[in-house]
Amino acid sequence: MATDVIARRRVPARARAARGGMRGGDRGRIVRLYLPLALYLLFTLIPFYWMIVFALRPAGSTAPVPWPITFEHFETVWNDIGYAVFFRNSVIIGVLSLFLTTAIALMGGYALARFRFRGRTFFMVALLCTQFIPGAMMLIPLFTIFRGLGLINSLWSLVVADTVFNLPLSIILMSGFVAAVPFQVEEAAMVDGCTRRRAFFAVVLPQLRPGLIAVGSFAFIHTWNNFLFALMFISKQDNFTIPVGLSYTIGEYSADFGALAAGGVVAAVPVVCVFAVIQRYLVHGISAGAVKG
Amino acid sequence: MALARTTGARGGPRALRWAPYLLISPTVLLIAVFLVYPIGSVLYYSLQHYNLTKPWANGFAGLENFREMLFEDPLFWSSLAFTAKWVVVEIGLQLLLGLALALIVNESFIGRGLARSLVFSPWAVSGVLTTGIWILLYNPTTGIVRYLGAPEAAVLGNPDTVFGAVVLTELWRGVPFFAILLLAGLQGIPGELYEAAAVDGAGRVRRFAHVTLPHLRDAIVLATLLRSVWEFNNVDLLYTLTGGGPAQVTTTLPLYVAQRAIDSKDFGYGSALTTAGFLILLFCSLLYLRLSRFGADHKG
Repeated sequence: MATDVIARRRVPARARAARGGMRGGDRGRIVRLYLPLALYLLFTLIPFYWMIVFALRPAGSTAPVPWPITFEHFETVWNDIGYAVFFRNSVIIGVLSLFLTTAIALMGGYALARFRFRGRTFFMVALLCTQFIPGAMMLIPLFTIFRGLGLINSLWSLVVADTVFNLPLSIILMSGFVAAVPFQVEEAAMVDGCTRRRAFFAVVLPQLRPGLIAVGSFAFIHTWNNFLFALMFISKQDNFTIPVGLSYTIGEYSADFGALAAGGVVAAVPVVCVFAVIQRYLVHGISAGAVKG
Repeated sequence: MALARTTGARGGPRALRWAPYLLISPTVLLIAVFLVYPIGSVLYYSLQHYNLTKPWANGFAGLENFREMLFEDPLFWSSLAFTAKWVVVEIGLQLLLGLALALIVNESFIGRGLARSLVFSPWAVSGVLTTGIWILLYNPTTGIVRYLGAPEAAVLGNPDTVFGAVVLTELWRGVPFFAILLLAGLQGIPGELYEAAAVDGAGRVRRFAHVTLPHLRDAIVLATLLRSVWEFNNVDLLYTLTGGGPAQVTTTLPLYVAQRAIDSKDFGYGSALTTAGFLILLFCSLLYLRLSRFGADHKG
């Protein structure tokens, strides 16, 4: 499946390469392609580099390279400021929301891709419409709901709220992935005596691996990054998440750039790792699901 | 019900009729409770005096909150004006740069996969982290601005420079997602179209204008719409980077709502602001879809 995805993605690129060969020499390619790409790469990467420099060089140093290397800032944020706890909380809500979102999106996506049922179009449109609901606008009503449920200051409020906001796009993405698995595969298994449920788990689910990885990763990244809900629903420091901790670091340690940078690196590492895994599914997933509806 | 679904080899017709509804029921339930109901409750609270810090004054307010918002609150109008400026400038620049970036990384060259990973990576970075990173760049004593010959002043504290600084920061994070959406659209264009156009003698510019752009139209409309809502909604970055300042020149309407909700706990007035925000967003989205005749070619 993974190789299949890559193969499909590369076909138009190859066709375009052939065209590139027809016109424009090396000089044109440099001006048109490499120069703007290099400039854009600098724009993207210098901020990351600058953060790493601050995180690794000793306090008070103004050197443009992280030398001599020190890990004192990481010790400060991890042990003294409490990033160990924030990190644990963010991992908990990220992983829980990942599993909840993926499971529910798998059910919904399968229903959308495989059944023609009354209300299907309405359901699709409703999902798309939720994309226009700004999370910031939901702070007040969600706060009152969670207070009614006794979930203020509980990590569950974040798991639920983030899952709800992850779901619509996840379902649309997932239905694209399910639709890409031919129905005949499932039918063949059922002819061989499988129930529909067994056919799904034995034949369809293994082929959905890229979809599960993509949807799960989106859910994890969004939950890991969500700031406003955590700021609104959590006031107990033991339940702070990474973005909230980082915002306090920005506010209170504004003179201590080393701590701020080290906190930033701690916040960045998990999402950057996850991003590296899903990067190749990103464009395909969007073209399969979201853009073409 | 569950029994019926598992017994028949193909599931009986009755079972199949119910299966999709069972499958979407968790989603429907969650969306009803945590998205639809809250929207209704915002309308209700907007008609109430409801402040967590002043419980003695809570009660029915009628249209009092709306009157205050429209006639007595200059920050409502100035935040609205800044929201419009913020969304239009940010989306315009993101569209231009995102389209250019998508066209570049759609070419084939050695190391394309790595280049894509790197230029798309800020997409995964949160608003708060973006603030943290750019504070390191912008601070006047040790930031990178000192190499650019910038005056030894805080760019974020100066009303003349703060807008440019905030726009640049958000571009860093916003352009990648635009480029990802447009790249997905570019890959849906059949290569034969370009070959046919080349055979007909169309140059690079004409192929772009007559093949690429028309095919990208739906992707562009959808991307600008989604991103506009997103930038409208973008509170994380402004809340942490400028806090709406200096002198509230960078306060958007949602940021104002968030400040009312988080800092002053004034839920009644905050709900009135939220209602106004929803109406404006709804109106602008419908207008935009109508003007761009989204999907008109396919759906008729």
